[in-house]
Amino acid sequence: MAKVLDSKIPAGPVPEKWKEYKAHQRLVNPKNKLKLDVIVVGTGLAGASAAASLAEMGFNVYNFCIQDSPRRAHSIAAQGGINAAKNYQNDGDSVYRLFYDTVKGGDYRAREANVYRLAEVSNNIIDQCVAQGVPFAREYGGMLANRSFGGAQVSRTFYAKGQTGQQLLLGAYSSLSKEVQRGKVKLFTRYEMEDVVIVDGRARGIIAKNLVTGKLERFSANAVVIATGGYGNTYFLSTNAMGCNCTAAVQCFRKGAMMANPSYVQIHPTCIPVHGDKQSKLTLMSESLRNDGRIWVPKKLEDAKALQAGTKQGYEIPEEDRDYYLERRYPAFGNLVPRDVASRAAKERCDKGFGVNNTGLAVFLDFSESIQRLGIDEIRQRYGNLFDMYEEITDVNPGEKACTKNGVDYYYPMMIFPAIHYTMGGVWVDYELQTTIPGLFAIGECNFSDHGANRLGASALMQGLADGYFVLPYTIQNYLADQAIWPRLSTDLPEFAATEKAVEKEIDRLMNIKGKRSVDSIHKELGHIMWEHVGMGRTKEGLEEGLKLLKALRKEFDTNLFIPGSKEGLNVELDKAIHLRDFILMGELVAYDALHREESCGGHFREEHQTEEGEAKRDDENFFYVGCWDYQGSDDKAPELVKEPLNYEIIKVQTRNYKN
Amino acid sequence: MAKNISVTIKFWKQNGPKDKGHFDTHELKNIPDDTSFLEALDIMNEELINEGKEPFVFDHDCREGICGMCSLYINGTPHGKTERGATTCQLYMRRFKDGETITVEPWRSAGFPVIKDCMVDRNAFDKIMQAGGYTSVRTGQAQDANAILIPKEDADEAMDCASCIGCGACVAACKNGSAMLFVSSKVSQLALLPQGRVEAAKRAKAMVAKMDELGFGNCTNTRACEAVCPKCETISNIARLNREFICAKLAD
Repeated sequence: MAKVLDSKIPAGPVPEKWKEYKAHQRLVNPKNKLKLDVIVVGTGLAGASAAASLAEMGFNVYNFCIQDSPRRAHSIAAQGGINAAKNYQNDGDSVYRLFYDTVKGGDYRAREANVYRLAEVSNNIIDQCVAQGVPFAREYGGMLANRSFGGAQVSRTFYAKGQTGQQLLLGAYSSLSKEVQRGKVKLFTRYEMEDVVIVDGRARGIIAKNLVTGKLERFSANAVVIATGGYGNTYFLSTNAMGCNCTAAVQCFRKGAMMANPSYVQIHPTCIPVHGDKQSKLTLMSESLRNDGRIWVPKKLEDAKALQAGTKQGYEIPEEDRDYYLERRYPAFGNLVPRDVASRAAKERCDKGFGVNNTGLAVFLDFSESIQRLGIDEIRQRYGNLFDMYEEITDVNPGEKACTKNGVDYYYPMMIFPAIHYTMGGVWVDYELQTTIPGLFAIGECNFSDHGANRLGASALMQGLADGYFVLPYTIQNYLADQAIWPRLSTDLPEFAATEKAVEKEIDRLMNIKGKRSVDSIHKELGHIMWEHVGMGRTKEGLEEGLKLLKALRKEFDTNLFIPGSKEGLNVELDKAIHLRDFILMGELVAYDALHREESCGGHFREEHQTEEGEAKRDDENFFYVGCWDYQGSDDKAPELVKEPLNYEIIKVQTRNYKN
Repeated sequence: MAKNISVTIKFWKQNGPKDKGHFDTHELKNIPDDTSFLEALDIMNEELINEGKEPFVFDHDCREGICGMCSLYINGTPHGKTERGATTCQLYMRRFKDGETITVEPWRSAGFPVIKDCMVDRNAFDKIMQAGGYTSVRTGQAQDANAILIPKEDADEAMDCASCIGCGACVAACKNGSAMLFVSSKVSQLALLPQGRVEAAKRAKAMVAKMDELGFGNCTNTRACEAVCPKCETISNIARLNREFICAKLAD
């Protein structure tokens, strides 16, 4: 029988729901909080802020991270900023507008109630961070400064240079450190969660691997919170950190937590291109470059061929032979179309053979025109640090003059290409951020809740901190309220022993494959399959082919993997192998979801479903729901689809238009 | 256009903190010089694994110079030599000559014991942070973010101090193994802002005491730390920390 999902969205008008919820939820009295333990896995924005806040309230928190310090979590790499509906600029912003922009930006595939709550608590986040000593940018009068970001008509983004994620994470890490000092948080660094322990149908602990000793350890608690980030590294090359993985989330999926909307993956258009098959990760160049840079490829195929062979340079191609394809296709928005549109257009040109580097997978981003117009000083003022970063990586300085022809100066153009950046899909959670396993919660990028099919810039930081500081610490109490009557569970219970044994057996299985291929070589192959068949432009045939290849790859992994060393002590390759096992399953989930979703929306583009001009075509009649996937007891069985219908009470669903 | 170079990697192998450790070497042939240094190490590890050997272990994560995880001592310099401040992961093969031998060692400091090969234990930095690197505000207590005005100059300076990524290059470069640049950056950031000013004296004392307790040495103004800091933190932070510390001690 198909399961039915209860999103537990409170009754009442959308703007009142969160207030209503807080007014009537169950609370835990201070004495009982001392008896309750919570495990938080992950120390990024969501994990660190949740661990700190829960500890301040009086709960005992066990906090885990895979790195050597909580401060390394990949939230640290976010550049742009964080949105909030403060309306400090007096430009007409409001909670409603932030809510509306986020739902629309998500292509009408997010829950209204969740997004409204997100917009509502956004202002508290800024207050909280300032009080922690986060050095946000300020105006000369001493007030906080703002800038604009895509998908909004107001200036609502708060920022700390190009290092906003770093500063927000260090703020949360500070608060976490304070609670470690108070003894309320016990911190476990270089530990990885390998499985969740279920007792009487509830999440009651985890099995974690001490990555230094290689030993498995048992931890018991009254609730488990995973804050373990997204699954972008399924594609091998992404802007994610090398250690980012989806093992905790996928293991929860195997234990019965449903995975929602896995096909919603965000591809960022302005990354430094792949330079060869030895590349390990992709570096993002800020989206702001598209304000003054013009994107182009050659008009003539022979020019593209010469560029690929290295016999011609970009600056040698005269103006009339350049195809500014975004300006050509989208005259109204030009180079500033949204991320998904810009990414697909670049892929389309490169697929036709017009790519401009040795791999044929790059387009030019050219500042010649704006340097002529504004002068190099002005352009360096705006983008100097990005030009330096680009030069450090590629040895090309986009602010350097290459030649002068007919009185026109040509500068060395940048090369860019789209890359996997963020995953909107993730573990299904209800309004309380609880998964389909009672007592198991998921927060931050690892859940699916707030971004629909596409995330707007500067919203990821907002969601991570909203979940961790202001949502979960409330909603988890509604669950914990009647848990204090139970004594602490001993980790000697058979459920703990059985789960640990299963993990151990799985590690032995991987160690004993003793095949010929390294983890990375299989992971790269996974990345190729995902990018080719489950990437930017998806088709029914491509996805079916992709699924077939993924199954074959899993077989290759199961029979031909080689892990050097032993399971005792530190073994980096073993840990990577465990991640890869779960990336492969996650890849299949993305493909299943993409195959079933016969429409194009946000980050999910099905080539069969586009308008005559090549724009995404949504199908609200048939796909206005959250696609949730339920594990069927084995990696070999196809997961089962369960639908959570969306219900919009105040927003009118419309088509997005960027042409005029 | 990228050209290919061949180099010899001379890398430190050490099986745990008690092992004596030794150097191994590996020849890397025809590496495109637009490969990052860490990618070259990936290639080396892939070759080692294909020979059935265990890979060379080192810390790394974001590979875009912000997480502070990467920590290699390359040819005698923490993070290797570049023109502007950069982390190990931002170092590219074009910085090396064809035929060169590149020596790779861990951070060597009493405060950072080796876990394996070039992976070291930097928990001491977390402990120093826990001693006082925060404002004692609880979630939900904050007033409106614009209620206290902060001069732009102060906010900008605090931001520069806050850019520290906690990599530990300063400690690795210092002949005394001092963590003063790390500690002073956090103390300075918070002391410059009204929100952190309230606890500034207490913080300076607590963090310095913890640093001493954990076996880090003291500062003798050789400026080796600032020369290698990938985020260009300056020793004027240390001067500020000393002021805060002395004032706090005098008040006792």
